[in-house]
Amino acid sequence: MKLPPGQYLTEDFPVLTAGPTPRVPTDTWEFVVVTEAGEKHRWSWAELMALPSEQPTVDLHCVTKWSKLGTSWQGVSLDVLLDGVDTAADYVMVHSYGGYTTNLPFEDLRNGQAWIAYRFDGEDLHPEHGGPARLLVPHLYLWKSAKWVRGLRLTDEDEPGFWESAGYHDYGDPWREQRYQGD
Amino acid sequence: MARAAVSGGLNRRLAWHAARLAEVVEETPSARTLVFDVPDWPGHLPGQHVDVRLTAEDGYSTERSYSIATPADGTRVALTVQRVDDGEVSPYLTETLSPGDVIELRGPVGGWFVWRSADPAPVLLIAGGSGIVPLMAMIRARREAGSRALFRLIYSVRTPEDRFYADELRTRARDDMGLDVGYVYTRQAPEGWPTAPRRLSVADVNNGGWPPDFQPACFVCGPTAFVETVADILVALGHDPRRVKTERFGPTGS
Repeated sequence: MKLPPGQYLTEDFPVLTAGPTPRVPTDTWEFVVVTEAGEKHRWSWAELMALPSEQPTVDLHCVTKWSKLGTSWQGVSLDVLLDGVDTAADYVMVHSYGGYTTNLPFEDLRNGQAWIAYRFDGEDLHPEHGGPARLLVPHLYLWKSAKWVRGLRLTDEDEPGFWESAGYHDYGDPWREQRYQGD
Repeated sequence: MARAAVSGGLNRRLAWHAARLAEVVEETPSARTLVFDVPDWPGHLPGQHVDVRLTAEDGYSTERSYSIATPADGTRVALTVQRVDDGEVSPYLTETLSPGDVIELRGPVGGWFVWRSADPAPVLLIAGGSGIVPLMAMIRARREAGSRALFRLIYSVRTPEDRFYADELRTRARDDMGLDVGYVYTRQAPEGWPTAPRRLSVADVNNGGWPPDFQPACFVCGPTAFVETVADILVALGHDPRRVKTERFGPTGS
């Protein structure tokens, strides 16, 4: 078993959040993708549930040093959601209920690397861990897997999100230990 | 792949610094404050934390994060560490590390859970257990900066002997104008305490805090379950979630 540098293994699922946990009812929940041309694509909860889902098993690496291996999720691949979206954007700003944001390159959401996840370990995703749905992009530090996700804004330019504006790395690759700006 | 530089980003890497233990203060039977001398320390804001790296003789190394207990003070960096019995790092820091020993520190880390002394808004600090540490840095910084921002601290601890900084908080509650300090005891209260031991409740936050109309800056730090409960209470009382900053530590069962 190999862990990224500076990480330790945990069996728990700790929580890192900057503020109170938002409670988002699924009857008003929606997920919106806005392209760089301003074109909007929306999914209600029922529409998300109707899409084909996957059950990825992935390792999680949090910038606060813990790693949790072999976690089981269920969600819709971003490849499915972005299939009909006409874009040439290079970057994405992820927006969450509660106001959280995080930025990442668009290509990191494609090709089986990212999901809108709504079940963890066989159960509906608990609000503490980002339910009803969170972004899951496990090859980056976990703050990029935005909890309570509500949409993506596709952009030509890279802009810092919430933690990225507070001193954390722009990209956040755990295997290159990109924790903080300048790493 | 080339990526545009993030605006406002500092590209200076946070370096590891050699930190020599200068002084030890016993806070409780299971916690102590470690004052390190870090010659090239860049300074920090109250509320920020550091990464600590320990390296064994065989080259094995491990890292943890700890909150800083004091405002910036030249080359001095003070951490208060609670011993976690089955922990890998805290038993070493609280029992073995001795003055003169050198470890590595990196920081300061975290630009969100910070109090800035120029901010005149009232402040509500709510600590669970060792979650008092970054909040104490804010209380100390307030006095040092001569800030008149009104501060209220609600400090939830298991027993009187688990309190960190008890004497200092007693003195400050008397001398630091505009600072109120209140306790909630969850397992055992001091003799003559008006209420039986219990968990922190809506009434404690309502009575010991500020009305939401005052738009206080709220800082909540403690174990995950504690912080979840307190943050939910603050939102239910009408505080703007964007003014409630949280720092959670420790595992969660869920």
